[in-house]
Amino acid sequence: MCTVCGCGDTVQFDGKRQTELLPYGHVLAQAPAKHTHGHHHGLGPAGLSAPDLSQARLIAVETSILAKNDGYALSNRAALSELGVLALNLVSSPGSGKTTLLCKTIEMLGDAPLAVIEGDQQTSLDADRIRATGAGAVQVNTGKGCHLDAQMVGRAMDALKLPRGAFLFIENVGNLVCPAAFDLGEDAKVVILSVTEGEDKPLKYHDMFTAASLAILNKVDLAPYCDADLDAYEANLRRVHPTIEILRVSARTGEGMQAWVDWLRGRLAAKG
Amino acid sequence: MHELSLCEGIRSIIAEQARVHGFTCVTVLRVEIGRFAGVEKAALAFAFDEAMRGSEAEGARLEVIDLPGHALCYGCDRLVDIEERFSVCPLCGSAKLMPQGGDEMRIKDMEVI
Repeated sequence: MCTVCGCGDTVQFDGKRQTELLPYGHVLAQAPAKHTHGHHHGLGPAGLSAPDLSQARLIAVETSILAKNDGYALSNRAALSELGVLALNLVSSPGSGKTTLLCKTIEMLGDAPLAVIEGDQQTSLDADRIRATGAGAVQVNTGKGCHLDAQMVGRAMDALKLPRGAFLFIENVGNLVCPAAFDLGEDAKVVILSVTEGEDKPLKYHDMFTAASLAILNKVDLAPYCDADLDAYEANLRRVHPTIEILRVSARTGEGMQAWVDWLRGRLAAKG
Repeated sequence: MHELSLCEGIRSIIAEQARVHGFTCVTVLRVEIGRFAGVEKAALAFAFDEAMRGSEAEGARLEVIDLPGHALCYGCDRLVDIEERFSVCPLCGSAKLMPQGGDEMRIKDMEVI
């Protein structure tokens, strides 16, 4: 797989290879033909030499290495704006409870239009769980890829046919490192940190916590059983990101869920 | 963090530049990497050599220009240079800093023939 644009047969959308879904001229990334120097006229760096003539040229590029991803992100953002859709990129380590949180959130949002993009290396287990709630979901399998990129999300958005004014939840691949750098066109990154993971995680993986607007401290019902110091979690979150919003939540018991749903409704209304 | 992905990005930018400027060989590539970009330089250099094989930049020298990390200190309201994203303010000792830049990852220029 091309890990930049996501091309390649290991990336699957709802179990289908993307090449099957995208017959209209998308070219898979492949190595260009090996270039060779066809001329040998001298001893200079170009295999050529002439007195007082430098063969090297300096080309100013000044281009972001992630420019391609950022271009796709820009068009996703424009499409989302056009529809008044609020898109949230949910990021966390594996096992923080993202999918359980989403299922409960969907239940609480009731009739509000929404859709889900599920990113995982393998299986459609998460999309199956989301669909069981009645919500529309597309599973993106990244194969060996460690993050979703903006092009994958754009294709998934096309497949979802988003209703106007909807919530779009993008559940990223469970990984506290790489997804921080890839803009998907979302309105905000929401990082989910469960209290079983350790208070030091915001310090150890600070890129993700700096990139997120909201941190959900999940599984707070377990805090007494694993000696979790919730204030220490919050202090470390604010140390790497002074203005981050924090919500203490237990998706299992429902504690704090209303505040999260209110946050979502507020953000959607503000976008409206 | 995902240095091979970054090198694939570099490769496609080089291919585009080669089409525009009509060169066949890159000898030196200069990239600017911010202190907080999360890029491991040794891993980038390793991935670069591998990812450029068969491209215009095969065998090119990669030069990494480090860009400093700045932060706005909420304690003393000044812009300061910091080593780590969560360093304390070197001027007033406050731990409340908001990084400003330092997450750059871009190709600055290249020498081509």
